[in-house]
Amino acid sequence: MDETLKELGTYVTEALPNAVQDSVIAFGELTLLVPATDVIKVLTFLRDDPSCRFVSFIDICGVDYPKREKRFDVVYHLLSPTLNARIRVKVETDETTPVPSATPVFAGAFWFEREAYDMYGILFSGHPELRRLLTDYGFDGYPLRKDFPTTGFVEVRYDDERKRVVYEPVKLAQEFRNFDFLSPWEGPDYVLPGDEKASGPKAG
Amino acid sequence: MNAPAKVDPNVRNFQINFGPQHPAAHGVLRLVLELDGEIVERVDPHIGLLHRGTEKLIETKTYLQALPYFDRLDYVAPMNQEHAYCLAVERLLGIEVPKRGQLIRVLYSEIGRILSHMLNVTTQAMDCGALTPPLWGFEEREKLMVFYERASGSRMHAAYFRPGGVHQDLPRKLVEDIIAWIDPFLKVCDDLEGLLTDNRIFKQRNVDIGIVSLEDAFAWGFSGVMVRGSGAAWDLRKSQPYECYDELEFDIPIGKNCDNYDRYCIRMEEMRQSAYIMRQCCERLLKETGAVSAVDNKIVPPKRGEMKRSMESLIHHFKLYTEGFHVPAGDVYAAVEAPKGEFGVYLVADGTNKPYRCKIRAPGFAHLSAMDFLCRGYMLADVSAILGSLDIVFGEVDR
Repeated sequence: MDETLKELGTYVTEALPNAVQDSVIAFGELTLLVPATDVIKVLTFLRDDPSCRFVSFIDICGVDYPKREKRFDVVYHLLSPTLNARIRVKVETDETTPVPSATPVFAGAFWFEREAYDMYGILFSGHPELRRLLTDYGFDGYPLRKDFPTTGFVEVRYDDERKRVVYEPVKLAQEFRNFDFLSPWEGPDYVLPGDEKASGPKAG
Repeated sequence: MNAPAKVDPNVRNFQINFGPQHPAAHGVLRLVLELDGEIVERVDPHIGLLHRGTEKLIETKTYLQALPYFDRLDYVAPMNQEHAYCLAVERLLGIEVPKRGQLIRVLYSEIGRILSHMLNVTTQAMDCGALTPPLWGFEEREKLMVFYERASGSRMHAAYFRPGGVHQDLPRKLVEDIIAWIDPFLKVCDDLEGLLTDNRIFKQRNVDIGIVSLEDAFAWGFSGVMVRGSGAAWDLRKSQPYECYDELEFDIPIGKNCDNYDRYCIRMEEMRQSAYIMRQCCERLLKETGAVSAVDNKIVPPKRGEMKRSMESLIHHFKLYTEGFHVPAGDVYAAVEAPKGEFGVYLVADGTNKPYRCKIRAPGFAHLSAMDFLCRGYMLADVSAILGSLDIVFGEVDR
């Protein structure tokens, strides 16, 4: 399986020398790294080339790496029933740079891109209707970003006096519990409680 | 009322709101339909009413704690979802599941398939006006849920598949009872087919409705019964076999008319094939013994009995239920042939004890996104028949 993927990786890289930055095989899966401007070219090639035939659209999703300069990965998954192989295409982008929409290549990208926009705020240029999908009407913020708190900012309840649903800032009786169980012996990158002085200049 | 003297040339289309509380919406789906007379011009599904932020919550939990969220996605066939997640974690960790564990997983995946297809076939019949099929079908589902309960302690939210294998071994009596269930079940399938397959009303509502060509099906991201109904002999259990599916015998039914009725026929046949797979698994489970889970104590928690005697087991138990296990950095996409189609988990690990990102690729999401494409030009009454045939469960669509 790895051999065919390796051949496929070199084949695509040679066919599109400028568009494919790198091809990686890890855990038995092939990943292509592609600049955002060339993604449509690569996807179309993968779909139409007779020795690829990645006709089956599987998934588009975002991944957030806030520390990077281009913080988002847009990850495309495709499947070729002819080759019986899967491929992953990764594109890097940030909050303001749009990625060309894949809807002209795969009709099914329509909702997946709306979801990525809804969850991460990733923009897709040329998308027919880029509006929120899963979150509430009038929702503000991008919930799957790493800097969005798991508890959210607003909560809703039905107000019996006003006879409608009202939005209020979230109030928790107990703080959201997210324990840090990482072993202190394996070197966490923060100062342990009571250990604040340890990193300072050594006395004596 | 005074009738207008002449027909207004700017007659507007009629817009209706279907759901969110509609029995044929199969959950909480709001469809905004634009109608020209009774012809559907446009469908705009509004989803997310059951959105619980599963993917966000998984990022705050350890790998083991994240597992029960998968039961709550497609709550009609819970263990199939756990299966995809376990496969993803196992591939990152590089651990093997022992044969008996694989057989139990296959057995319960097929029980899940029957659970799901039985619900879908019978409720779709109900959407088309039949009342008896759900009553007969739910009786069988109830028996299957008892099998779930006897294995895992829970009728629905099982949390039974764990990274490395399954949680506990099955008692012998349970395996025997599952074998004894198969033959009467095949009889129930025949009875159901007797009610529906040649039923004039059912055929009028489903034959030549919801046609989708294979090319469109792939481009819209369809999978499972939706592509098999369009003539592709594509089933992950055969084409990319996971667990021990390559050692088991079964057939893949495919359709050729690409319509609702073909998909119904495929689901009926798949239930029989699932029962056939279950019989093979049970027979092997009765003969073969062995571990049901990998023995790597750094990943699989020790059994309670060991924990009471061995200090090392106690330490492992404590560490695994607080810190959990660490998964090497990397990303994998693992998919299973869930009853509704290809259920995939894209897992990004950063080397800690929690998933960095877990994207859940639900088949129903892709199917529902094509609702506008599928329903355009059909009649209003066909919308509920097509929706039923897509096999939508909102737990997995909204996540």
